Amino acid sequence: MNNQSSLWSDAWRRLLANKAAVAGGIILCVLITLAIFAPWIAPHSYSYQNLDLGAQPPSATFFLGTDTLGRDLFSRILYGARVSLLVGFVATAVALVIGVSWGIVAGYFGGRVDSIMMRIVDVLYGLPFIIFIILLMVIFGRNIWLLFGAIGAVEWLTMARIVRGQVLTIKNQEYVLAAQAMGVSNLQMFRKHIFPNILGPIAVYATLTIPQVMLLEAFLSFLGLGIQPPMSSWGTLIRYGVESMEEYSWLLIYPGLTFTITLFALNFFGDGLRDALDPKISSD
Amino acid sequence: MLQVILKRVAIAIPVILVVASITFFLVRMAPGGPFDAEKVVPPQVMKNLNAVYNLDAPLIIQYKDYMFNLIQGDFGPSFRYPGRSVTEMIFTGLPVTLELAFYAILIAMIIGGLAGVIAAVKRNTALDFIPMTIAMIGICMPTFLLGPLLVLFFGIHLELLPVSGWDSLAGDKILPSITLGAAYAAYIARLSRGGMLETLGQDYIRTARAKGLPEYQVILRHALQGGLVPVVSFLGPAIAGLIGGSFVVETIFQIPGLGRFYVEAAFNRDYTMILGTTIFFSALIIFFNLLSDIAVLLMNPRARSEA
Repeated sequence: MNNQSSLWSDAWRRLLANKAAVAGGIILCVLITLAIFAPWIAPHSYSYQNLDLGAQPPSATFFLGTDTLGRDLFSRILYGARVSLLVGFVATAVALVIGVSWGIVAGYFGGRVDSIMMRIVDVLYGLPFIIFIILLMVIFGRNIWLLFGAIGAVEWLTMARIVRGQVLTIKNQEYVLAAQAMGVSNLQMFRKHIFPNILGPIAVYATLTIPQVMLLEAFLSFLGLGIQPPMSSWGTLIRYGVESMEEYSWLLIYPGLTFTITLFALNFFGDGLRDALDPKISSD
Repeated sequence: MLQVILKRVAIAIPVILVVASITFFLVRMAPGGPFDAEKVVPPQVMKNLNAVYNLDAPLIIQYKDYMFNLIQGDFGPSFRYPGRSVTEMIFTGLPVTLELAFYAILIAMIIGGLAGVIAAVKRNTALDFIPMTIAMIGICMPTFLLGPLLVLFFGIHLELLPVSGWDSLAGDKILPSITLGAAYAAYIARLSRGGMLETLGQDYIRTARAKGLPEYQVILRHALQGGLVPVVSFLGPAIAGLIGGSFVVETIFQIPGLGRFYVEAAFNRDYTMILGTTIFFSALIIFFNLLSDIAVLLMNPRARSEA
């Protein structure tokens, strides 16, 4: 137990030493706070239209400007953060639960179980998910919870592959073979030997999945299949920005910038986490 | 070795058939027929339309007929474009999409691979930080943002390159290829850096250095083979991603490729076109995954002996 906690405190120390990761972490904290308190922070309503106003460049009242319907862009970005971040976290959680259990079972039992389970993953990889999501959206309406489930159901595949690979490596290590020889049960083996040792890669990959999930949501919203108005995610804002980029470039630039910075922060934080949790790479 | 490859191929074929079946039933489950959007037609006309497209037969018979034709390479007629077969449309769009994907992956491999290997070798120097920061931007910048920004800057602002089309104006292939390839260049840079770092920490590299081999030989002759395994295993799934990317890029740049046909078919409820392209894409993805699996087997002696 002592050894474990010192591994994590070592990792924490290494993480704090990584400036990019710390900066990423701080940006994320600020964004999450802004997203949670958006109703109190937003200077204007995100859905109030003022057609007389039209698209205004950034000014003192609307400091990121307004869109073509006269809605305050800053408020819309704030509310968009709620949707985009929520999709990121919830869909990643879905992907995590499915992918990790699938990968552990496949990797640990190996042989026929492994090849069948991984073949299923291949089949699902082969299904272009956009049809799957379009169908769900058509049948059940364009529902945000459905979107979480659909994206999660797509993203777990990679997680399963990564976890399986890790388990395959770990299960051939001497200490696992020794535990096996001593007759440790499967469940104990997962809990005591396998799971703690893949926790690092899982944490790292989960952090790196969040930006991918957010990208996927934005991609769907960009094609018009994701979040529906008057609600706005960053993807829908970018979609509208592209439509009017020649005359009102700020409508593309600010949402795009926010989105890119957020993905940046998440990726730097995830990278820092990986370096911190993988002493083999970060020892020199 | 040959046996392993044959076994993989033998698995791939039923997988494609299962995917075809699942897609067939998924698409038929969707509410709304292909002729809903058109103006109201008399019941008799509707009946005839359904008869022509074999929609009046029981589902199981439709399925049997479809699969039977599929095995012969016939994807059936398009619902949307009367008189054109899906097979014909696939082979009109495919060369364009393949060409686009080829340029994109070429850009990605050359730029990404080079940047990653150099970054790993020159770890913690400017040659590591700068390319890796750019790679990070490449990953964080979605295709649908990068494309319009490139169009805005090089097309509209500088008026250097055409903003849309394919094979009609000089240089109109440059922006789409870069847009599609950028994210992959970034991924490949990171993967090859990671793979190289891990390989450079191995004992056999230390042995090679201890023998007094010059550093460039250590890298070219010993480290590259192991270090690039993650890149090769990424290439298979990357093809799947490239196809998704082609939806966006072909839409933004108005390129008449398979990706745009596909998005259009999905919005038009063109059943046979959706079905046909989905099955075709699936077969393509499974095939490229197979290729990258085999390549990894050939590159990694340990995996080779285990298999």
